[in-house]
Amino acid sequence: MRKSATPLLIAALLAGVAGPAGAKKDKDAPAASQGSSADPENPYPSTYKAYPGTATAIRGATIFDGEGGRIDNGVIFLSDGKVTAIGGPDTPIPADIAVFDGTGKYVTPGVIDIHSHLGNYPSPGVDAHSDGNEATAPVTAHVWAEHSIWPQDAGFSRALANGGVTSLQILPGSANLFGGRSVTLKNVPARTMQGMKFPGAPHGLKMACGENPKRVYGSKGREPSTRMGNMAVNRATWIKARDYQKKRAAGKDQPRDLGMETLADVLEGKILVHNHCYRADEMANVIDMGKEFGYRVTAFHHAVEAYKIADLLRDNGVCSALWGDWYGFKMEAYDGIKENVPLVHRAGACTIVHSDDDNGIQRLNQEAAKALGAGRRMGIDIPDEIAWTWLAINPARAMGISEQTGSLKVGKMADVVLWNGNPFSTYTRPDKVWIDGALLYDSANPKLRPVSDFEVGQIGAGDVK
Amino acid sequence: MSKRTPTIPFGSSLSRTVSARSSRPTLLDFARSCSNRTAAGIAALALLSTPALAQSLAITGATLAIGDGSEPIRNGTVVITAGKVTAAGAGIAIPPGTKTIDAAGKWVTPGLVSGFSRVGLVEVPAVNETNDASARSPFSAAIDVAPAINPLANPVAISRTAGITRAVVVPSTGTGIFAGQGAVVDLGADMNPITKPRAFQYVEMGEEGAKDAGGSRPAAILTFKTMLREAQEFAKAPASYDGRSKDALLNRIDAEALVSVVTGAMPLMVHVESARDILAVLALRQDFPALKLILAGAAEGWMVAPQIAAAKVPVIAGGLDDLPSSFEKLAATQSNVGRMVKAGVAVSMGLMDRDEGLQLRLATQQAGNMVALNKVPGATGLSWGQALRTISSAPAEAMGLGDRIGSLKAGRAGDVVLWDGDPLEMTSAPLAVWIDGIAQPLDNRQTKLRDRYATPEEGALPKAYAW
Repeated sequence: MRKSATPLLIAALLAGVAGPAGAKKDKDAPAASQGSSADPENPYPSTYKAYPGTATAIRGATIFDGEGGRIDNGVIFLSDGKVTAIGGPDTPIPADIAVFDGTGKYVTPGVIDIHSHLGNYPSPGVDAHSDGNEATAPVTAHVWAEHSIWPQDAGFSRALANGGVTSLQILPGSANLFGGRSVTLKNVPARTMQGMKFPGAPHGLKMACGENPKRVYGSKGREPSTRMGNMAVNRATWIKARDYQKKRAAGKDQPRDLGMETLADVLEGKILVHNHCYRADEMANVIDMGKEFGYRVTAFHHAVEAYKIADLLRDNGVCSALWGDWYGFKMEAYDGIKENVPLVHRAGACTIVHSDDDNGIQRLNQEAAKALGAGRRMGIDIPDEIAWTWLAINPARAMGISEQTGSLKVGKMADVVLWNGNPFSTYTRPDKVWIDGALLYDSANPKLRPVSDFEVGQIGAGDVK
Repeated sequence: MSKRTPTIPFGSSLSRTVSARSSRPTLLDFARSCSNRTAAGIAALALLSTPALAQSLAITGATLAIGDGSEPIRNGTVVITAGKVTAAGAGIAIPPGTKTIDAAGKWVTPGLVSGFSRVGLVEVPAVNETNDASARSPFSAAIDVAPAINPLANPVAISRTAGITRAVVVPSTGTGIFAGQGAVVDLGADMNPITKPRAFQYVEMGEEGAKDAGGSRPAAILTFKTMLREAQEFAKAPASYDGRSKDALLNRIDAEALVSVVTGAMPLMVHVESARDILAVLALRQDFPALKLILAGAAEGWMVAPQIAAAKVPVIAGGLDDLPSSFEKLAATQSNVGRMVKAGVAVSMGLMDRDEGLQLRLATQQAGNMVALNKVPGATGLSWGQALRTISSAPAEAMGLGDRIGSLKAGRAGDVVLWDGDPLEMTSAPLAVWIDGIAQPLDNRQTKLRDRYATPEEGALPKAYAW
């Protein structure tokens, strides 16, 4: 895959002129190579740059630092896009900066949603916008979710203003066993996907267990139509991927294959596996499949039965990204319980609260509150500040961005929410949201409500939502 | 077909159902009829067996919310006698000999009413065999959900555990714009779920209605008017109505079912979202003045709230819609409910978009978020009492049942929930639920799974032996 630029350029010209025949020739051509990308390993690079912020301090708030720490009557100081100081009431801050009174309010790191389809299933949800599932083959490891993202989805602004979401992972849908690459975004309005792309975040690979792939392809009379078919196609694909990866690592010549590149990167630990999987028994099969082929699942998503195998998940170091109380909408979700999150947490396994929904992403704090309450009623007494890890450092780690964000530690991105009360209360909303130190939502300033291109000039544009 | 009777007058229907409850078979009878029940299993069901007859009960010292829109009061008392609320408020005298529950530090509300659901019609939505919400059938308007309500469906128990005691059950369209006749049900642990059968007719008139009518709004409106005129023809001369004529849109059975809609005897719940569709629906009264309309959805209702208020049409809304998720919801905002209430519209909340069969318990979250809006500059929310009303007395009143259920005013059904904290907080949950004065079981399949997997490791025997 590291050849001169010329053959690909010619192939591309041929494809353009000759149509499908030319395109086929391109596909069959030996070892395609790079064009003029500055970084061939990263051909759609982030162009996101932090917006200007002013040095800001918040005093007197209760702070959950996102790693389980809590500071009462705390002080946090943001400057140059970073958290520059955090501590108790005596924390020194410069004299000439904007200071917000946080009395009665709470400060947390920005919410991170590890599972979203904003941009690839945007609003309005018309057929023309249905870009989340390349449901034409069960293995589409070659597609990248970022190429479906429409930055003008109004859902991003709702997630910001109502949910305090500052980073999110957009995944392909779950129709396919191998759905393709995910992308992590900063929740900042932009003209392009690249303008939102989280700098330095690794890609993820979306995989899916269970009902969706077997239903989608079984109904087309194709493999897989069963769970054993799911596993067989998965394993056959990993066999090819290992072969591809070995050749690539040895520098051997082979035709460039986008899907195999993705899977080889998984096998080399460069891409993190995010596996949609509901049932305990299937998760156990997938964990073994990872051992068979030499990769690790970073997180099971949805995982409504994670509580049944919380020990297995803990022992294998797999995170569970869960809903607060969604259950029962299909057979593999039938055993969902409200205590899933606290039970997995108590077992010592990595626990994340996720949305998979353009409404749910606006209230992840409330989803976590449901789990918190359900846990406490069964004697699992998790303090608020520990529960906030479900929305902060835990998803950040599972997305490979925990060095940059996910907690309020000095030197990290100033992705911060000032809440107008305890964020586990239904009555609480974001007061202000900073991303990389830039104030991008202020409930008191109507001009700091993002209005997408789709909305501008339409009824309701700029309304409080 | 000839056995179909006109809508049973509501009063007689409800009072019969309620008064008959205690003498009808309960789940315990069902349990007793099963062999191999463990003592624990029987014990779990004992809660609902013991008060086979509703006993008098007073709950004292609670933060008490009546459900009528008033704000909660401290140190309140509610008294239930013979299955009905006899008094609720502060300084209530408790009749001698009444069993009393000290609820200091707790909250008491009326049982919650879901304004829009499919509970009891669905077990697993994606499993067709368990989903009775819609049908591709030769019939539409005449479809009656009441006989199909399954009080043993797991979502009934799960919702009851969360403090939902009654629900509006709405059929979904399968053939054409009319879905059929919905019901109001209770979520009690017995085999008599129906509070009010054939409580309303349901019709789609927005984007969905256009689709159901073949692809356009004009077609939906014309279809609607034509069908209602056919119902009028049927009413005038039932014997001569030819439902098999090439010109007829309605067969005889569906025509008969729409007669009570045209006369206003049966409310018509109309699903529309956009401002223009709402106005188009209100204008239908020019042709059919007796229509007793209820709007469902109304995401853009705030834009035409004065007109809705003037028309005295109640609205059942989703509450949290704030995305332009379709072209009929471009102006959706969470302030929709607050703005409509402020304009004088009677607004309830329910599950409009999904999970209508399962997640009735989201009602408290919907209501709580309406309260949250009061702290957001520029937003219009609801007071706590108003918010509770949208999930208690308002949906009851929209169904014409305000004098029977949905609040803790004297004379209403003894549907009461005792909560461990503020019911609109996601960390709170019911400690006890009564329906018609009868204490309800608060366990369900989910609590059983929870208890089984409190520790994930297998014990001396596999998990399958832990039950």
